[in-house]
Amino acid sequence: MTNHKQNTPFNMGRWVTWGLFALVLVLAPLVFTSGLGLTVLSQMGIAIIACLSYNMLLGQGGMLSFGHAVYSGLGAFLAIHALNAVSSGSLPIPVSAVPLVGGVAGMGFAALLGYVTTRKAGTTFAMITMGMGELVFAMSLMIPEFFGGEGGVSGNRVIGKAFMGITFGPPIQVYYLIAVYTFISVVLMFAFTRTPLGRMLNAVRDNPERVEFVGYNTQRIRYTAFIIAGFFAGISGGLGALNFEIVTAEVVHAARSGAYLLFTFLGGATFFFGPIIGAVLMVLAFVLFSEFTKAWLLYLGLIFLFMVMYAPGGFASLIMMNLRVAAFGKLRQLTGSYLALALTGLVALVGASAMVEMTYHLQLSSSEGPDIKFLWVTLNTTEMQSWLGAAAILAVGGGLFEVARRRFAREWEEIQAFIEKKLNPEEAQ
Amino acid sequence: MTAPESIALELKDLRKSFGKTEIIRGVNLAVRHGERVAVIGPNGAGKSTLFNLISGRFGASSGDVLLNGTSIMGKKPFEINRMGLSRSFQITNIFPKLSVFENLRCSVLWSLGYKYTFFKFLANLDDANARANELLKMVNLEKKHDVLAVNLTYAEQRALEIGITIGGGANVILLDEPTAGMSKSETTRFIALIKQVTEGKTLLTVEHDMGVVFGLADKIAVVVYGEVIAFDTPDAVRANSRVQEAYLGSAVADAQAEGH
Repeated sequence: MTNHKQNTPFNMGRWVTWGLFALVLVLAPLVFTSGLGLTVLSQMGIAIIACLSYNMLLGQGGMLSFGHAVYSGLGAFLAIHALNAVSSGSLPIPVSAVPLVGGVAGMGFAALLGYVTTRKAGTTFAMITMGMGELVFAMSLMIPEFFGGEGGVSGNRVIGKAFMGITFGPPIQVYYLIAVYTFISVVLMFAFTRTPLGRMLNAVRDNPERVEFVGYNTQRIRYTAFIIAGFFAGISGGLGALNFEIVTAEVVHAARSGAYLLFTFLGGATFFFGPIIGAVLMVLAFVLFSEFTKAWLLYLGLIFLFMVMYAPGGFASLIMMNLRVAAFGKLRQLTGSYLALALTGLVALVGASAMVEMTYHLQLSSSEGPDIKFLWVTLNTTEMQSWLGAAAILAVGGGLFEVARRRFAREWEEIQAFIEKKLNPEEAQ
Repeated sequence: MTAPESIALELKDLRKSFGKTEIIRGVNLAVRHGERVAVIGPNGAGKSTLFNLISGRFGASSGDVLLNGTSIMGKKPFEINRMGLSRSFQITNIFPKLSVFENLRCSVLWSLGYKYTFFKFLANLDDANARANELLKMVNLEKKHDVLAVNLTYAEQRALEIGITIGGGANVILLDEPTAGMSKSETTRFIALIKQVTEGKTLLTVEHDMGVVFGLADKIAVVVYGEVIAFDTPDAVRANSRVQEAYLGSAVADAQAEGH
């Protein structure tokens, strides 16, 4: 009954998890066979590496960086230049190694710029990273020789002789290259969390002062972790360069850094796998959702807002909390509440989004006439009726949602109390 | 020039000013190896400041601190820690979102030479895991192995704090009010624990409970207004008229006033 528990890094459950992950990477393009499907999958792989590398800073090290795109972006630029050098024959490396050039570049710039940023923690760190991001973006406009000006730098990945039929011409071949890089990067970044440096990075996040009094230099810990995160960010940038065959200045822009932050947080910074969820959502939002509605950024902002307020652990923590409830056999009890929440939430959402879409239509495209198609109905944005109808649906849905939410909150509290009691029987009064 | 072999920690005319106010006004102290010293004094006397100066949390204005004969003035806390001095804090200072075991393992990694390595798995570091488990036993938290430190009771957190402090195997230990906020019975148990885990080490501790002080300490240093006015055995300090006048008398009066 002693607690001499050794969690070896590769036990059975973990083999299964990694096996499934590899299987998903291999089989995904067989399920989503369309051109769009493959584009989305490739971008997801790239985003997964980027968000996980960002979470090394945010979730594991407590470093709120506003400039992570600097390292993925500069990695992308170096990679596209390397690709062009391979094309011209001046760089004798295979195309499949080009992302590594991005990685080394990301690492190098992280070592250079991170030396300044990681001297400080907390708000100061956040501010300096933001400044670095602005600095690099400003430079991208000033040095067109390297950054390619407004048109960016383009390249061609189909070069040299085909090796075993692999030319990287067809997108499917690029996808599998990305998948291999993604798998290895995820494994390595997970392994990092199990090393002395990885653990001390958590300690620095929790309590930097105490770390200094157990013999560690907190700056050195942050700096080393920052360089490693820069390496993986650069890999992701390099894969992006290969995938798109063009790199423009927007890859180092603050908006990109902001997206890493936002989606890593949405996915869940407190769990290792959270940013993977975030990365998948990021690509879905940018590629698919943005086609669906012009107001997508507004919706995204609202989702982010609600997540920060009600579930600061992101989707990963929502999943883990429900798994815990399920482990104690209480999930079924919540089914009714979840159903009620979903239905009422959906009604409220329909009302709210009808109004949002009508507003966007009036502001942006009223010249196309007053009518918009929303779901299955046509709404006339100039008629009071449409607005009153949408408002009524929102009010009814919102009101019922609040009722359902209160009921859910009560049940949730009860279940949590039940679990606590089971876990600590001697401490319960 | 060098201090005698038997002196573990020596303070020489140590001074610290915050603005124009001098908080530590020329402290001289020489603690021998293996000695247990209780630092006592009224609130605001500068006991915690003294600990902060010794451990490198603050820089001193002037004077010198020698650890095993080597000056540690101006060194960073982590450098001082590596030289064999470790401290605890008056306000619990642990890693709240790590498990109890991880807290203790973090405290032993440097001393076992793992530094900033990311080419080894923690789970395979047999010596670090054994040492962390040993610490877990020493501070009686075996049952809390996987509990997050933030979820421990206050007394358990104080015990964990001691565990982290001794984890690196430092020979000079500073404990800043280790029993602050504990009940009488908890304090008694806790002092026994401290005695046990600091066996053979040099110990300096700030303590308010006089019963505890006289039971625990080989020597007592009395700090009043930033000066050490007495440094002697408990009996001698008790008999010291200057101490009685400056501190013990008022402490007794305070205790009576508070109804202890």
